[in-house]
Amino acid sequence: MSLKDLKDIPYGKTAIELKNIFLAFGGVKALTDVSFDIKKGEVFAIIGPNGAGKSSMLNVINGFYKPTSGTINFAGTHRGEMEPEFAAKSGIARTFQNIALFKGMSTLDNLMTGRLLKQKQNFLMQALYFGPAEKEEEEHREKVERVIDFLDLQSIRRTPVGSLPYGLQKRVELGRALAMEPEILLLDEPMAGMNVEEKQDMSRFVLTVNNELKTTIVLIEHDMGVVMDISDRIVVLDYGKKIGSGLPDEIRNNKAVIDAYLGVADDE
Amino acid sequence: MLYKETGQYKSTYKSDHAIFPLIQDKIAFSTLMFIAFLIIPFVINSYWEKAILVPFLIFSLAAIGLNILTGYCGQVSLGTGGFMAVGAFSTYKIMTYFPDLNIMIIVLISGLITAAVGILFGLPSLRIKGFYLAVATLASQFFLVWLFNKVPWFYNYSDTGQITVSERLMFGIPVTGATAPPYATYLFCLILVVLLGFAAKNLIRSKMGRSWMAIRDMDIAAEIIGVPPLKTKLSAFAISSFYIGVAGALYFAVFLGAIEVTESFDIMTISFPVLFMIIIGGLGSMLGSFLGAAFIVTLPIGLKFIMVDLVGLSAVTAKHFEITIWGLLMIIFLIVEPHGLARLWSIAKEKLRRWPFPY
Repeated sequence: MSLKDLKDIPYGKTAIELKNIFLAFGGVKALTDVSFDIKKGEVFAIIGPNGAGKSSMLNVINGFYKPTSGTINFAGTHRGEMEPEFAAKSGIARTFQNIALFKGMSTLDNLMTGRLLKQKQNFLMQALYFGPAEKEEEEHREKVERVIDFLDLQSIRRTPVGSLPYGLQKRVELGRALAMEPEILLLDEPMAGMNVEEKQDMSRFVLTVNNELKTTIVLIEHDMGVVMDISDRIVVLDYGKKIGSGLPDEIRNNKAVIDAYLGVADDE
Repeated sequence: MLYKETGQYKSTYKSDHAIFPLIQDKIAFSTLMFIAFLIIPFVINSYWEKAILVPFLIFSLAAIGLNILTGYCGQVSLGTGGFMAVGAFSTYKIMTYFPDLNIMIIVLISGLITAAVGILFGLPSLRIKGFYLAVATLASQFFLVWLFNKVPWFYNYSDTGQITVSERLMFGIPVTGATAPPYATYLFCLILVVLLGFAAKNLIRSKMGRSWMAIRDMDIAAEIIGVPPLKTKLSAFAISSFYIGVAGALYFAVFLGAIEVTESFDIMTISFPVLFMIIIGGLGSMLGSFLGAAFIVTLPIGLKFIMVDLVGLSAVTAKHFEITIWGLLMIIFLIVEPHGLARLWSIAKEKLRRWPFPY
């Protein structure tokens, strides 16, 4: 399983398949028997009330948590125990619910870290900063500059990200994930805490990435308006269980989902 | 107005990513190099060599080393003295076994040996962080000094436990031993500091430096991006120890000539002062390593000059005051400018940019 395998799957076919995933931390059951598949090139949303296990699901997908039981198939190949580094190498990038940027580094450097896996020069060449090492550095800089242009980050290129406002930090984090040129992009609440304009910007970026770069997007989001508008398919989790899945319209009218969000009417 | 960036356009990524992107910086650095290489060697005397310039250069190297580990990779270390001792004793043993080897090569091999030792003592860093790691590296400090005291093979079974450098030539001029002229020891250290300084800066602005900083700032995110934590931390330990080992080799071979391990590589004489250098100079700043080293090396000399020569205190009283004032200055410094001298310099640059206008 490598980067190529995910690349080679035709669009619309299953890229990641999760079967009967259980995840428990001691006695706490974070995920119980969750199965779904993510098709290549789609915008796939995971929704659910707080504590439903959405972020745990993302952590399982990119190898940060090891599921207690269940199977994960990447590009049709079974994946057992997996290190996050492996997920990164196979083309999975992600952003975090609570921003996880490198606060002491500039925007540019943060985006450049997204290129680390693709930089091959050894440390002696880097120390000499000569010939191939310098060329490699410039090549990756050029790729990063494209992301900077796309996300309108030009003016904050040299600013340490720790001093940026929240909305921009979210955007830089998306940029760092994009700099990895991922096949699959996992976004953990990319619009949390944003105002309407910022949400519109972010939705536009997400859709453009999906349309132009054909990146598969797995999205966790609480803003139902956004989720219903931009996602192709949705899965709903509640208390670690899958309670519904399907197209946005199906989810909107799904009784179990409405109950989970609004509570069950007491009929006697 | 003095430090104007406007009008200096960058049209390539290469020029934008240069070490000195501004013309003013280039001029300042060239002038500094001109003075260091072409003027100081002709005017240097033994006092300037032994009291200021050579210790400054050696401690700059040690400070760069520790800054790589602590400032850039975020792994606190109190083992600098121990690692410098490894460099010193490696030099001594290599000199004993290979009398014909060039001193430059001996010093660099000593650095490599220290790097290997550094990797070994860096292994706990995968599991422990922060203060706990500091205590673990403290153990390396005490263990290494104890080892060089306890095993007579390291000091060639001499009665005193001291190790003494023998004379080594570089281009026919002695750079170690009692007969080495001041300009030779100075230039030898200067060349190493300039070369290794550039190497460190290059590492920091490439992939390796970004991996270190990623681990420092947010290790979980770094792991998910594909930065392997163990490998990255160990590479920081190795490269940092290499620099500290070379500094230790120079400290013994070029600067002191004869050392006794417990007193020369004590935690109070090396480990803490070097840590202060990078804190006062600026964590995660190359310039800070040099400024911190300069500050810590010249502070006692400056204080002594003021107290003995200007105020007229006796040398013994001055020595007591010196330690007190030193400690007091550290505290004041950390309160007033916790980000170090490098930050003061960047604030000054900002001011120079606007001068003489207020904004």
